Parts: sequence; structure tokens; C-alpha cells
Amino acid sequence: MSVTEETTANVTEADLTAFIYREARLLDELRYEEWLSLYAEDAHYWMPAEWQQTDPKLQASLMYEDMLLLRIRVERLSGARTFSQKPKSRAQHLLQAPQVDEIDMAANRFRTWTPFHYAETRGDEFTMYAGWARHEMRLEEGQLKIVLKRVDLVNFDAPMGNIQLFM
Amino acid sequence: MPATYADPAQLRALVKPEAVHRDLYTDPEVFRLEMRHLFANTWVYVGHASQIPNPGDYLTTEIGDQPVMASRHTDGQVHVLYNRCPHKGTKIASEACGNTGKFFRCPYHAWSFKTDGSLLAIPFRKGYEGTGLEESEAVRGLAPVGATKVYRDFIFARLAPTGVGFEEFFGESLSSIDNMVDRSPEGKLVLEGAPLRYMHPCNWKMLVENQTDTCHPMVAHESSAGTAVSVWEREQAKGGPKPMAVEVYAPFMAPYDFFEKMGLRVWPNGHGHTGVTTSIHADYSAIPGYYDQMVEAYGKERAEKILGENRHNTVYFPNIMVKGPIQTLRVFKPIAADKTLVESYTFRLVGAPDMLFERTLMYNRLINAPTSIVGHDDLEMYERAQLGLHADGMEWVNIQRLYAEGEAEDVTDVAGGTSERQMRNQFHAWLKYMLPEGQAQEAAE
Ligand code: FES
Ligand SMILES: [Fe+2]
Repeated sequence: MSVTEETTANVTEADLTAFIYREARLLDELRYEEWLSLYAEDAHYWMPAEWQQTDPKLQASLMYEDMLLLRIRVERLSGARTFSQKPKSRAQHLLQAPQVDEIDMAANRFRTWTPFHYAETRGDEFTMYAGWARHEMRLEEGQLKIVLKRVDLVNFDAPMGNIQLFM
Repeated sequence: MPATYADPAQLRALVKPEAVHRDLYTDPEVFRLEMRHLFANTWVYVGHASQIPNPGDYLTTEIGDQPVMASRHTDGQVHVLYNRCPHKGTKIASEACGNTGKFFRCPYHAWSFKTDGSLLAIPFRKGYEGTGLEESEAVRGLAPVGATKVYRDFIFARLAPTGVGFEEFFGESLSSIDNMVDRSPEGKLVLEGAPLRYMHPCNWKMLVENQTDTCHPMVAHESSAGTAVSVWEREQAKGGPKPMAVEVYAPFMAPYDFFEKMGLRVWPNGHGHTGVTTSIHADYSAIPGYYDQMVEAYGKERAEKILGENRHNTVYFPNIMVKGPIQTLRVFKPIAADKTLVESYTFRLVGAPDMLFERTLMYNRLINAPTSIVGHDDLEMYERAQLGLHADGMEWVNIQRLYAEGEAEDVTDVAGGTSERQMRNQFHAWLKYMLPEGQAQEAAE
């Protein structure tokens, strides 16, 4: 990828990689308010339910959520009458080093691809998932923000139990 | 209670008008009998004809625990067949949906079958000369189920060779399927979008009961729908129209009185629906252009009648639920006494704006996905019930709400929307089709 010196001074591969790791860490530490702050106000979190899906709205998705829906989720997790969180769930991400697919300073667009294993537990239950996370990001006032996080599970078409947290 | 449910008297003792015994949910013997009797004697949903539009197309599924497939024959007819090679039992079709070409070919020894199931050829057939194969059941090819019916593109089958007829079984309940189909300006549905598949650690009947349980949303879904409403109330200060997702979530928080007034209707054979006068689906924003298309297709009066029918959940006993105004269909597939696979399907109204299908898909993922917060609320309740039922302090599950002694059974009737009457209706039908043929009539005397 050809990036001028001037632009690499702004956003480097290392910046993007660190950002992806930081997101996973916030999720693993259940720091959801800080996690939400990594997202742009017009961002979406997308989990397709079809192979090589192209359309989030006119094809089936497991999730296609804007910031309002993500805030509802986060608030619900700590609700007094959220019985499916008694006991609470926990999560752990194991990320492969993110691959940087695009650094385009002119368009203010940065994209990464990150294979992962993800564990979600609740009570005595422990469930493993595997897939690929794609992040599209932009700079807003010098801060990287996620515009789209796309999570493709390797077994998106298999029956699953509750997935209550975020991959 | 001892597990001797092959004895009809023991089975009958499990169902009272206002309570059912917990063994209905927990006992593997009862589950096995359900697979053998209930799912064989009733008409069970198999799939939608739009999944297999062309000759050679097939889909695979289960009726109870029986592997079956629906195949579109050369002449356009749909055949529902057991998915089992007559030679040594190998499953013939392994994909959810596909096209087999002119014939099915068993991958093991290459016996082949026409798309109506009949035997086409056996390789090196002279090895069977003089063996009596012609008299064997194997020579007949893939076994058909007892009876098949395609109603407005919805494929149903009855495994048992004899029994209740399709029209007799469903009767007026078909009006909910009619309404869903009529909502297309062209009177046609296409099944589109992958099904959302959600595994539940509970008995399948808990899910079926829940479809007409209107006293749980404002309680169990306070966490999801209630939070959605409160977050939206805070956010709406930022301006903009009410998002479609909030329109979907918010009615779950409607008060008891709303659900009571919405009413429910029971039909014979365990079918029934909530939302007689109105429902939680009645107040969605209009989709631009759709009303005009409907008026053009049907005329104003009929179009308004179709769109004014806002049924909530229609249960087709034993194990599907249809939402006409949303165009979804959920199948509750029994896996074990304490395990159920829920598959939620979406339909596109042919000729209607894309935005309607977008809403259908949104509804499905917000409510029916394993990632759905509403789904999380519900699953938690089923799971706790499945565990709680093991408590020996009590053996009965109460379904007495708005029950009156002498309540008519197996009839068409309307009740208050918070009644548990549809649950009672389902259990009456459950017993009727669990008992060996003919005994249901004797039992009623
Ligand atoms: S098992 Fe099918 S051909 Fe032998
Ligand atoms: Fe519910």
C-alpha cells in the first residue's frame, strides 16, 4: 500500500492495530460506555446471516444496529429486571493480528480485517464462536471512530443459543 | 407418576381442562409418543412452494423427528417423501434446499429415483433377478408421507396414511394464511432471506404456548422493550422521526388492558390467534406507495379489509406460528423433551415496496434472532421453567386464566386477549392427536 510520509504521520498500521486491540479489551472488561465512544454517531454494528452478504437490510442479518439500538443493548445489560443477565455474562476475545486493508487519508477511510475466536460465558455455560471482524473507520477530530463493524461468523447459518454480548 | 404412557388412560390423566402435568414437558417417554402419534396424526408445516419453484428443486426438513423432503416433480406437483434410501437408509438429500436435476441418486450405491420418489434404476440390476426384490418395499422407491397438501403455496403433510383431512384439520384458521398472502398486491408470497435459527433448552410446547401468552410481554420484556422506550424518549430530543425499530419494540410494553381488549380466537384442533380487534402490529407507519398498490389491486373496500386485519400471532397446531401483518413464520422443531430448534422465516410480498420486506427482516432480527434482546428475555423464562419443573413440590402447570367450568372445547370462539384459553385449546388437541386413532372420540363421550 502506498502511503505518503505525511499521511503515515497521521494514521499508521500500528495505530489501527492498537485501536482494534483496544476495542476488544474494552469489551472483555465490560467497559461498554467507553466502547460505545469508539463508534461514530452514524455507525453500524452488523452481523450478517448469509454467506458473503452484500446488503444488511434486504438480506437476513443477525444484527444490524445503529447507535440507538446499541445504546439500548448496553443499557439493558445492567437493567434491574434484565433476568437473562442474572447471572451476568462475560466475554473474551482472542484476536489474530489485524490486517490493514486500506489506509486512505484523502478519503478519511481506514479498513482492517481481523480473524477472531470469541468466548461468551454465563453461569455454567461456556460458548465459543469463530469468525472475522471487519472494521471501517474514520478520523473525527483526530480520533479514530468506527463507522462500520462487520462480524461474520464462520457458522452464521447454524442454530445458536443466546449471544448477549458483543464480538 | 410412572412412565407408562403407552397406556392411553395414563396419558389422558396428564391433561385437565385447567392444568397439565409437568411430564408433558420433561418426560422422554411422552416426547417419544409425541413424535410417533402427535406429529404423525396432524398436518405439519413442511416448507413454502417458493423455495422449490422448478422441477428437480427440493427442500429438506423434519416432521417431528422424521427426516423428510419436499420435491418438485417434472409435472410441477410437490411430493413430500421420507428422506431415506429404500436400500440401506442413507439420507438422499443433505442440503436444506437444492436442485437434483432429473432424478435423485443415492450417493451410496447409486440407486436412483424420479422426483416423485419412484424407483428409476438400480446399477447392475441383474444381481436382483430371482431374489424377490419385486415384492419388497424397497422396490417402491422413496416412501411418500401419508398425505400432502399445498395451500396457497404453504406445504403441509400428514405422516399417517389415514386420519383427519386437511380442510377439517385447519378449517377457518386458514384465514390467517389467507390474510398474509392477500397482503401482496399480486396475491403471492416468496420466502426470501435466510431463516434465523435459535436453539432453545426447553420443551417445544413452551414456545407454542408463549405465542398467545399476552401477560408476559410487559413483564419479561420490560428489560428490552422498556429500555428501548426509555432510551428513545431520551434520544428523541435530538429530533427526527420515530425509528422503525422503536415502532417494533415499543408495543411490547403495552398495558394489560390493551392485550385484554385485543382479544383472542380459538379454532378446533388446537389452532388459534391473538389480536382479534387490534394488535401490537396495528400502528406501524404507512409504507409509501403500498396502500395505493393495494387499492389498485383489490379495490378500496377489500384492500382496507385486508390491511385492517391485524392479527398478532396465529398458532397452527402443533408447531408453527404465523404473523400475517409482518410476514414471518416460526417453526418450533422438537429435538428432545428439553430441546427445541426455532427457525424463523421471512416472506416478501410480491409486488409490494422493498421497505415492507426491510421491516419484515428487521422484525425478525430484533425479535427472533439468537442475538435478539427480546429473544434473550423469552429464552431465559423457558429455560428457568424447564429447570423449575423438576421441582417435586408440585407437578402441575396452571393454565387457568379466564377459565370457566364447562368451557366449550374444540370449537370456534372468541375470548379476552389475556385468556389462557388458546393454551387449553392446544392441550385438548394435543390429547386428541396423542391418543391412538378413534380413542379421541371415545374420550369425548
Ligand atoms: S443405500 Fe442408497 S443405494 Fe445403497
Ligand atoms: Fe416474549
